[in-house]
Amino acid sequence: MSDRLTRDDVAKVAELARLVLTDAELDTYTDQLGAVLDHAADVAALDLADVPPTAHPLPLVNVLRDDVVAPCLDRDEVLAQAPAVEDGRFRVPAILGEEP
Amino acid sequence: MADLPTTAVDIAAAVRAGEVSAAEVLDAHLAAIDAREGEINAFNLVLADEARAAAAAVDARVAAGEDPGPLAGVPLALKDNLCTRGVPTTCSSRILEGWRPPYDATVVQRVAAAGAVAVGKTNLDEFAMGSSTENSAFGPTRNPRDPERVPGGSSGGSAAAVAAGFAPISLGSDTGGSIRQPAALCGVVGVKPTYGLVSRYGLVAFASSLDQIGPFSTTVADAALLLEAVAGHDPLDSTSIDAPAPSLLDQLDRGVQGLRIGLVTELMGEGIAPDVAARVRQAADALAAAGAEIGEVSVPAASYGLSAYYLIAPAEASSNLARYDGVRYGLRVDAPTTAEMNAATRTAGFGVEVKRRIMLGTYALSAGYYDAYYGKALKVRTLIVRDFEAAYERFDLLLSPTSPTTAFRFGEKVDDPLAMYLNDVCTIPTNLAGHPAMSVPFGAGADGMPVGVQLLAPALGEATMFRAAAAVEAAAPSLEEAWS
Repeated sequence: MSDRLTRDDVAKVAELARLVLTDAELDTYTDQLGAVLDHAADVAALDLADVPPTAHPLPLVNVLRDDVVAPCLDRDEVLAQAPAVEDGRFRVPAILGEEP
Repeated sequence: MADLPTTAVDIAAAVRAGEVSAAEVLDAHLAAIDAREGEINAFNLVLADEARAAAAAVDARVAAGEDPGPLAGVPLALKDNLCTRGVPTTCSSRILEGWRPPYDATVVQRVAAAGAVAVGKTNLDEFAMGSSTENSAFGPTRNPRDPERVPGGSSGGSAAAVAAGFAPISLGSDTGGSIRQPAALCGVVGVKPTYGLVSRYGLVAFASSLDQIGPFSTTVADAALLLEAVAGHDPLDSTSIDAPAPSLLDQLDRGVQGLRIGLVTELMGEGIAPDVAARVRQAADALAAAGAEIGEVSVPAASYGLSAYYLIAPAEASSNLARYDGVRYGLRVDAPTTAEMNAATRTAGFGVEVKRRIMLGTYALSAGYYDAYYGKALKVRTLIVRDFEAAYERFDLLLSPTSPTTAFRFGEKVDDPLAMYLNDVCTIPTNLAGHPAMSVPFGAGADGMPVGVQLLAPALGEATMFRAAAAVEAAAPSLEEAWS
């Protein structure tokens, strides 16, 4: 079991989740997430070494279908919902340090 | 609506027989919406024109001698996280404002094919994360029984729409109690089916291993009618159970003679309001009087359900909501680089509870904490499944409160996430196990607000669950009957 969640932990998590937090939000979320994780300490403290995990309620197997062409979403209809498109593709700003 | 039928079963029968028109049924419900929607805010969008066209089509089929289907002419409300082709689907989030899905959810297709008339898209806690609808970007829904109180959540709009008479039936989604808890708080029936019984295709994902679509209604029979219409295998959902949909309406008259029903001791003590617990015991007594064998049963791991859920559901949500990045649909906040645009879009588009859960899930999945939190929670899920298995060796069904309290007031819990999460303590274990459960109204608490009792069943146990639900409904005290 780790120590209580810190402000730096929350800042790191926000960065991973692509969220920008103000200083006030960092304080609030540190308190609130800490309280939830304190409640979860009952789970973290359990000795479950011999218990297998359950990731899903159904015994899932891959679902396959025959490789035949079937109707699918219309490309133009899908692109019409995008914030920016160009030449039939989604348009985004610069990536990986390129000049825009 | 003096002379018109009011339940879905009666409306469909009358429309199919040509005794009333879908158009006049719809007009009565649109009038109810006009009269009170300004106060209740059940809907993000009312589809009056589309509904009139759908009702006219139903009436034309009846006039042509065709059968429009088992939901012929029945007005129906859809939670606004169910995709409707060409019709805005917001999840009550700014990040999807204005988005028009290019396809219909499978359930939306099925209710339309059964003759139902969709009247609108209902309000919810943003991305179905919450227990009060206070997390909606478009303002809260109010409880029709007392507008000073919350309707519950996250499907608060779907529950309130039925309770207010805007539609006899509606669809919601339940990840940790989001159908059952608002049903209890608004005094209507709400069903969370077995995981995989109803297709999730076109349900905007929150926590994919827990999410399940289900019905709201004023009667147990209407819930059975709607669930029969939407259940059944769908090749578009890889987690859809490949088995015939259950027959439910024909179960309702079978009675409960000889059914073994266990009262869950962990959900009857600490943290449960005394008046709510008393109503559940009264329901147990009524089931015993009707011939059921009532006992008490311990489901020890249920007490860890809340902690496990609030690690697993946010973990899945943090992954599912990664897709809202300003690239393919919805909001984009411009910035010089794509990474900055992603962050600016998500920061502006998501509300505080969604951000809270994304961060909680990201943390629970992050290096160094995965084993202690997410990994442990998955093992607790196994314990819950095992404890339910043991309970169902002795009992056919289980009984508990749906929610620990009746409807609370606005603002009471919204700034205290843990207090809000405790609302879900009775409903969460079912989702973790993938089992069905339903809330049936059973009189009022000390404050005069509705109480719901929860019936729980093993996987695909809907038929037995509905038998008992019909018996609970038959024995339920009226809302006006004072609690003592």
